[in-house]
Amino acid sequence: MSSNDKLWDLVVVGGGNAALCAAIEAAETGASVIVLEGAPKDYRGGNSRHTRNFRCMHGGPLSVLTDTYGEEEYYDDLLRVTKGQTDEGLARLAIRSSESCLPWMEKQGVRFQPSLSGTLSLSRTNAFFLGGGKALVNAYYNRAADLGITVRYEAQVTHVDIADGVFSGVDCTIAGEPVRINGRAVVLASGGFQADLDWLARAWGPAAKNFLIRGTPYNRGVVLKDMLDQGAESVGDPTQCHAVAIDGRAPKYDGGIVTRLDCVPFSIVVNRHGDRFYDEGEDVWPKRYAIWGRLVAGQPDQVAYSVIDSKSINAFMPSVFPPVKADTIEGLGQLLGISGTKLKETVEAFNAACRPGTFHGNELDGLATEGLSPAKTNWARPITDGPFYGYELRPGVTFTYLGLKVDETARVTGQGGRMKNVWAAGEIMAGSILGQGYLAGFGMTIGTVFGRIAGKEAAAHVA
Amino acid sequence: MSLDTVPNLATLGTTDEARRQVEICNACRYCEGYCAVFPAITMQRAFSDGDITQLANLCHNCRGCYYACQYTAPHEFDLNLPGILAEVRQESWDRHAWPPAFAGAFQRKGTAIALALAAGLALIFAALTALRPASGEGFYAYLSHGGMVAIFLPAFVFPLLAIAIGLRGYWAEVGGQRLRLADLRAAIASAADMRNLGGGQGQGCNFEETDRFSNARRWAHQAVMYGFLLCFASTSSGTVMHYALDMQAPYGLFSLPKLLGIPGGILLTLGAGWLVSLKLRADRGLGAVSAWGGELAFVLLLGLTGLTGLLLYAATGTALVQPMLAIHLGAVLAFFLTAPYSKMVHGFYRLAALIRNAQVRP
Repeated sequence: MSSNDKLWDLVVVGGGNAALCAAIEAAETGASVIVLEGAPKDYRGGNSRHTRNFRCMHGGPLSVLTDTYGEEEYYDDLLRVTKGQTDEGLARLAIRSSESCLPWMEKQGVRFQPSLSGTLSLSRTNAFFLGGGKALVNAYYNRAADLGITVRYEAQVTHVDIADGVFSGVDCTIAGEPVRINGRAVVLASGGFQADLDWLARAWGPAAKNFLIRGTPYNRGVVLKDMLDQGAESVGDPTQCHAVAIDGRAPKYDGGIVTRLDCVPFSIVVNRHGDRFYDEGEDVWPKRYAIWGRLVAGQPDQVAYSVIDSKSINAFMPSVFPPVKADTIEGLGQLLGISGTKLKETVEAFNAACRPGTFHGNELDGLATEGLSPAKTNWARPITDGPFYGYELRPGVTFTYLGLKVDETARVTGQGGRMKNVWAAGEIMAGSILGQGYLAGFGMTIGTVFGRIAGKEAAAHVA
Repeated sequence: MSLDTVPNLATLGTTDEARRQVEICNACRYCEGYCAVFPAITMQRAFSDGDITQLANLCHNCRGCYYACQYTAPHEFDLNLPGILAEVRQESWDRHAWPPAFAGAFQRKGTAIALALAAGLALIFAALTALRPASGEGFYAYLSHGGMVAIFLPAFVFPLLAIAIGLRGYWAEVGGQRLRLADLRAAIASAADMRNLGGGQGQGCNFEETDRFSNARRWAHQAVMYGFLLCFASTSSGTVMHYALDMQAPYGLFSLPKLLGIPGGILLTLGAGWLVSLKLRADRGLGAVSAWGGELAFVLLLGLTGLTGLLLYAATGTALVQPMLAIHLGAVLAFFLTAPYSKMVHGFYRLAALIRNAQVRP
């Protein structure tokens, strides 16, 4: 193994939002910083490149954000999705710090824009990145270059060398060559393990092999596992991941935002046998899409089919792949690879259970089925007007919850208490705060807040 | 899982490939804030060939969307929206070129523009020899006013006519409606400050410095555009003075043609040089790859018309007037005659696309 003689003030493991925030904060104090990004340059930025906004507390209009979004409301939103599985101290720290992060991000070159079309519900709470997460990542890498930060791509850390709670260096491969990099402090910001299908399969069973991974294939949790093996304290349920129902034709990895499908509330969803299995109209889609990953994962072969008619084809955001289309329900079933006869029976049973009423696509309209199990409690319009359309649904994994336990200074805890010079930020520690569920734009808040804290703390340690 | 909805790119036509990419953009929408193209995309769910042509001509090739895109190669979606829209643009100009036989003659081929320039020079030299007047002042000592008009009137009217016919075809293809003053005003306002090269927030575009924003291209383009318009205004003012006011050239330094023409020539020359230097640093793959040479030659020819005009003025009273006059008029002639089939048409189609966009904008 070759060894770089240089002793860096700070080694940052990972190359996404949290990693770069830490690197920038440390470099601004004059520390020498190296960023080890596992992906090649084209795919740099981890899952940050797929993100699109930053959830931000604010006491008045701030940048592109309208009105106010106070700490209590923000915290209530978090409690609602996590059902209490959060660390209140860390959560409130993240929420409170978010307000000063936004101007800091703008200073680093990040640009914001008013909320995108189709996302008006977020215009008060979430600041959207102009161009999305990859544009944010580009801005941070440019800032890093201006600050003289060294960035190595295809630098995959295999082992973090910690003895008695003291970090001394990392073993990694850079473009396949083994290299040892020594440093006086380390920030671990290398994401979760959701791209490691074997790990997912151990947690979820063999069905996980059929899951699609919405983000980067480079988050395989190597550093997380190495730290856990060394006795670092963990948080978050190791068996859980956040999964949504996405287009079954999406790529195995990195399909990102475009593979989402918003048709479910206006459809009926059947499994491989042509049977419905859950209330498609339980609530508005932004509040329900996250549970459908799990619902589909529970069906045979982890696949389901969303069926609509031509009344509903324009009721939701366009899909990246065109829907399967047929003039009859039987024909659609055959094209989708399920029994056309069975699908026709299911649709007819559903149609017979629909009641008259007025359809309102943008709100809970109470248009529910009668005497059907499971019921469809909103937007239940008979599927009668050809041509008919179908989408294949599969579970798409967004992130995992298992992570490293950190304190309010983002420092990692080992068996012997707080480690001396090891910090963690971003998805690798987000399970502390987001123990369950999902809150749009909050992952970027955790990454930015704790990335900055970790960078500042590490810089102060080596100063 | 099947991936067969990702088409075999090699077999797709340019417009079909652009449609594939635009449909992915419409499912993403992260780039809405960069320029007029993305809001136009979000207004539709299905895209006809005419829609794709309109989007392509609306695109100013600022490249912000490319560098922000999570789906560029090596991702299997292989998006390169500025690149494919540039190719669609080229094809749309070919399709509407009139007469069709000249389609694509100069857009893609730098050598063709060089040959046109040589032909223009040869023609003017021949005219200077054959039509040398017995007497005359200034330029007219070398080529009579009547001789100039005989050459340049058709060389000016014909390209305008050809471009007008092309624009009519374009307007029909994209489903344009009757022109309204408000739409025209909106389009001109957008072109006047090249808003669509501003990156949405005035930070500029991603051209010569890859994913860093810069306004260099916007400013260089403005120098060329306003330089060209000033030169054009200079010639027009001379024409008016000649015919309406009976004031004959040569004009003094403080005359309208000179006051417009000298700054115009300087702007045109420097702007063209700047554009060339930027173009040489930018990634060719994000534009119309097949037209790179033709575009570069066009900018050089534009710069040459400005530079030779200035040199001609500087040569006043010396023996160099005759050769400089020939070179300048030759460049101008080549520029005009190739205009309907060179990159020059982009300005006309871009303005048409901006007007059309103003018509459909909510």
